[in-house]
Amino acid sequence: MKTIFHNKRISGLLSVVPQNVVKFEDEVNNYTFPPKQTLRLQKVMGFKQHRIVKESTATSDLCIAGLQYILDNNWLKKEEIGGIVVACTYSDHFIPPVSSIVHGHFCLDEDVFCVDMSQGCVGFLMALNEGFMLLDHITDKKVIVFAADVLSKLVSKKDRNSYPLIGDAAGIAVLETCETENDIYSIVYNNGMMRNALKVPAGGSRLAPSRETAELKDFENDGNLRSLNNLTMQGADVFTFVQTKVPPMIEEILNYAQIDKSEIEKFLFHQPNQFMLRKLAEKIGIPYEKVPMNIVEEFGNSSGACIPVCAAYNVADLLKGKNKKYCLSAFGSGLTWAAMVLDMGGLDFCEMLISDC
Amino acid sequence: MNILVGIRPESDFKNSQDFISDGLLDSFDLVALVSELESTYGILIDALDILPENFCNAEAIAKVVVKNGGNIE
Repeated sequence: MKTIFHNKRISGLLSVVPQNVVKFEDEVNNYTFPPKQTLRLQKVMGFKQHRIVKESTATSDLCIAGLQYILDNNWLKKEEIGGIVVACTYSDHFIPPVSSIVHGHFCLDEDVFCVDMSQGCVGFLMALNEGFMLLDHITDKKVIVFAADVLSKLVSKKDRNSYPLIGDAAGIAVLETCETENDIYSIVYNNGMMRNALKVPAGGSRLAPSRETAELKDFENDGNLRSLNNLTMQGADVFTFVQTKVPPMIEEILNYAQIDKSEIEKFLFHQPNQFMLRKLAEKIGIPYEKVPMNIVEEFGNSSGACIPVCAAYNVADLLKGKNKKYCLSAFGSGLTWAAMVLDMGGLDFCEMLISDC
Repeated sequence: MNILVGIRPESDFKNSQDFISDGLLDSFDLVALVSELESTYGILIDALDILPENFCNAEAIAKVVVKNGGNIE
């Protein structure tokens, strides 16, 4: 899909991260590899620390903590909410949806439109697309977009390829219609033929969770222990997919928006790991300093929440200042890859909440 | 070969025809190897050249370095 949204804007951004910081060196003994070999990854991959929720925390808790903070600061009134869009991989339950849990927690009006999307790393951009479309029908109210996940509960703690990279977080954006002309360019692509490259094999209707699916095994003979209930990733395939598909999409969206890459203030990308982002910047032909790539080492890859976390951590002051052009892009399960070029500035708020979730 | 030994001192690269299938290098080692080759030869290796088959033996590695502008003389 390739489209333009007219007269809409993001008016506020909040990221919510748990206060619990876990250091990489404290986890090296969780893996089957010799600790010395694992510690080498600190330098190679930039592994440093990640933020992990409490055992009792679910995805909606991060969303609720964030929305409560927004309401407490009077950046938004409950009556202004016309829609809630939640993108996540690991919801609290199959039913009710996270959006209904948030709706119920805040006792919102019955005419508030609530919808969940099962999305991974592209969750924030997919939810933005959904939210902007929704605004065409809820012109007098605001749409609240959530991209949240607790991947620490989905990835095996004995999977050295994935666990050190992941983190838990939520990103929240307030969307509204605006009087001033503000075109938002959006592209979303999918290739379902590569759907198995990122997968949680069991837990759904295809393969119900059981004692057998919970058993940890070395499926790939690579020393990483996972169960069928855990996330699996064909890393090499995903890397090649990203490097092949994302650069032409960025070129396409810049052409679509009729701007040069030098006019983009920052490229706020999903944060899989620093190496992949560095190679992506080289392939696109943009300087590293235009692509913040420090989220994995400080917070972990929180799937769909990465872009809001990246924005709040790296460019909060810029986003509260003068309007500038930004390019957002994400890529992940589906496989799906998406980009958006938009003006952002003068946000009512752009902050990071450290939560006790 | 020194770069490889620096990354995986415990691996016997001299007696392997395929570093990947013999389990001497994993995906993280490839990342380390690419970074080391880039700084040693002052090059940037194209992302689409970062495939296991381009790093499976010394000859393949030399080829990918040369392809990306490195001088291995």
